[in-house]
Amino acid sequence: MSDIHTSHDGASHGSYKSYIIGLVLSIVLTLISFGVVMTGSFGIPTMMITVVVTAIIQVLVQLVLFMHLNTKSEGGWNVLSFVFTAGILVLIIGGSLWIMHNIHINMMLG
Amino acid sequence: MFGKLSLDSIPFHEPIIMVTVAAIALGGAIVVGLITYYRKWAYLWTDWVTSIDHKKIGVMYFLVALVMLVRGFADAIMMRTQQALAAGGAEGYLPPHHFDQIFTAHGVIMIFFVAMPMVIGLMNLVVPLQIGARDVAFPFMNNLSFWLFAVGMILVNLSLFIGEFAKTGWLAYAPLSELRYSPDVGVDYWIWALQLSGIGTTLTGINFFVTILKMRTKGMTLFRMPIFTWTAFCTNVLIILSFPILTVTIALLTLDRYLGMHFFTNDMGGSQMMYVNLIWAWGHPEVYILILPAFGVFSEVIATFTKKRLFGYKTMVWATAAITVLSFIVWLHHFFTMGAGANVNAFFGIMTMIIAIPTGVKIFNWLFTMYRGRIQFTTPVLWTIGFIITFTLGGMTGVMLAVPGANFVLHNSLFVIAHFHNVIIGGVVFGMMAGFTYWFPKAFGFTLSEKWGKRSFWCWLIGFYVAFMPLYALSFFGAMRRMQSYEQSEWQPLMIVAWFGAVIIACGIACIVIQLVVSIRDRDKNRDLTGDPWDARTLEWSTSSPPPNYNFAYLPDVASIDSYWEMKQQPGGFKRELATKFEDIHMPKNTAEGPIMSLFALFFGFALIWHIWWLVGLGAIGMFVTFMFRIFNNDTDYHVSAAEVEKTEREYHKRLEMQA
Repeated sequence: MSDIHTSHDGASHGSYKSYIIGLVLSIVLTLISFGVVMTGSFGIPTMMITVVVTAIIQVLVQLVLFMHLNTKSEGGWNVLSFVFTAGILVLIIGGSLWIMHNIHINMMLG
Repeated sequence: MFGKLSLDSIPFHEPIIMVTVAAIALGGAIVVGLITYYRKWAYLWTDWVTSIDHKKIGVMYFLVALVMLVRGFADAIMMRTQQALAAGGAEGYLPPHHFDQIFTAHGVIMIFFVAMPMVIGLMNLVVPLQIGARDVAFPFMNNLSFWLFAVGMILVNLSLFIGEFAKTGWLAYAPLSELRYSPDVGVDYWIWALQLSGIGTTLTGINFFVTILKMRTKGMTLFRMPIFTWTAFCTNVLIILSFPILTVTIALLTLDRYLGMHFFTNDMGGSQMMYVNLIWAWGHPEVYILILPAFGVFSEVIATFTKKRLFGYKTMVWATAAITVLSFIVWLHHFFTMGAGANVNAFFGIMTMIIAIPTGVKIFNWLFTMYRGRIQFTTPVLWTIGFIITFTLGGMTGVMLAVPGANFVLHNSLFVIAHFHNVIIGGVVFGMMAGFTYWFPKAFGFTLSEKWGKRSFWCWLIGFYVAFMPLYALSFFGAMRRMQSYEQSEWQPLMIVAWFGAVIIACGIACIVIQLVVSIRDRDKNRDLTGDPWDARTLEWSTSSPPPNYNFAYLPDVASIDSYWEMKQQPGGFKRELATKFEDIHMPKNTAEGPIMSLFALFFGFALIWHIWWLVGLGAIGMFVTFMFRIFNNDTDYHVSAAEVEKTEREYHKRLEMQA
């Protein structure tokens, strides 16, 4: 333990401003997705795309503004981990959609 | 007051269960009595339960795993006995509802409470020592992980005599696991045991990921890390990425069961196929979580006992990394028959065959390491050679299953059972036993009995083949998995052979227990004072056995792969010299917060299973308050004074001199 200095070379701890921006953005994004679903006046495709897109932006907002993800901290390990995770997410979500779509068609569930 | 829980929940009418419970209670009473008699409660509490020392946590993981191995094996031999009896219209001795619980419990216990804790236990013991660190990155979290895992283990075992366990198979496929088809508490036991221990596993993954990235000693670049550390690293990446999928999937099932939602039901737009998809998106990486560290063990063992540097270190690392990525794109091969169609099946079939390539690379690396080496046929080497042969066979049947056309015939048959036991026993169990024998002297300062170790190996190896080769054969005659009874009396002879194989494996397990007892009895004869009984290659062997709680008086400086071996090869060799000057060492303090939080987690889980809502609240509040205590507790670390370090090191050197 002794020689491990706790993370002064690590991520910055953000500023008052960045937290406020993050808070406002995440509230707005949440309201948008709830709003789209609860008004019910949009079609299902629009609704789904909006929810997915706001969710992705939400993840990025939280990672960058709350978790201080940037290319410099931890010698690039943070961003490398993020890119790897994003890649795996694409594989799993994309793969799941592909599989379920095929099943849907083959079983004539639609 | 007690929700669904009443005296009727205890299965008094089941003699098998009651006898088991009585035996466990008796055994437990004896253990408690002995601890009290020898006045060891305080010792247990201060030195083990509250310990944040990674070595002790590792030992506790492995101990629990060995105990649960016996429990899981008891389930196995009961199933084998049932199938050996219940042929041609005979009913056997286990009614279906009991048989179904047993095969579910067997799978859950063997994967989550035997294989996982063995892997995590070895990682705990070895990784910080191999990278020259004094503890893990988050020592408190490590202790908490262990106790959360222990809570899951306790819940599974509680289900034995309070209520019942799931009757759904180890992955609790929906919609069978939904409230409509499984109204009892069995699936709830499954849910909360896995959720709570799963949190522990995720925390462990994060902990060791950070430890390996941030706490390596001077000079230890990534490509100088020992292979076991590399495989542990990739395993932790897999844990971090895949366990959340399990957590979410089970959480959705929980919402279905507790709040009447419809994620995986037959009606209201639910899709049970999504459950199967999600659970395997976790489930396939999970098998690599188990096997990668076993690969690491074999790499260390084979390099040490052939006295050669591992052949193809870099290819080994890249093969491990390739497996890590590929393991995320093969999951559909568990459900080729669900109806995704030819394109999808072909893609996942081919990906599955591709993942066999890096594994094959590893096999050749081990073979070439042995080639022209001076192999010492110690117990760990026997496990390794047994693994290379058995795992290669299991890998080939895996590639057979990866052919979608063949899979339609073999799906859900005994072929699948034989295949995955072939790779999990031949890979994970052999690997963990090799690691157990190899690193035991590091943890305790004396070696294990070679005689009983070798006996155990031969029993396991022969027992495995006798028990599972018949299942391959039976599958070609149409025998399915999870049969409580079957009409075809011509299957019975092979079922009896398989039962006999399980008995041989039982002898193997008995040999492990005897090996422990004999070795502890003869510990003075087998004492290893040097800390390096095998003339090994990596840093963990450069410190004393067992290492002091701070691991290294001075953090080692690394200049190459197998740096400890290189130090020993220099003119004059590696001298365990006493340093002239010592420094204070900054260490974390033991803490009771982990076990206390986990105790509340146990109340929380148990209460949710039985719908005892006030106890749910109590457990949740208890966990939260304890956690707050931890957060506002600033007294979490201390310094081992230089004088104390000097004293410990001097004692060690006095022992060394006495031996010389």
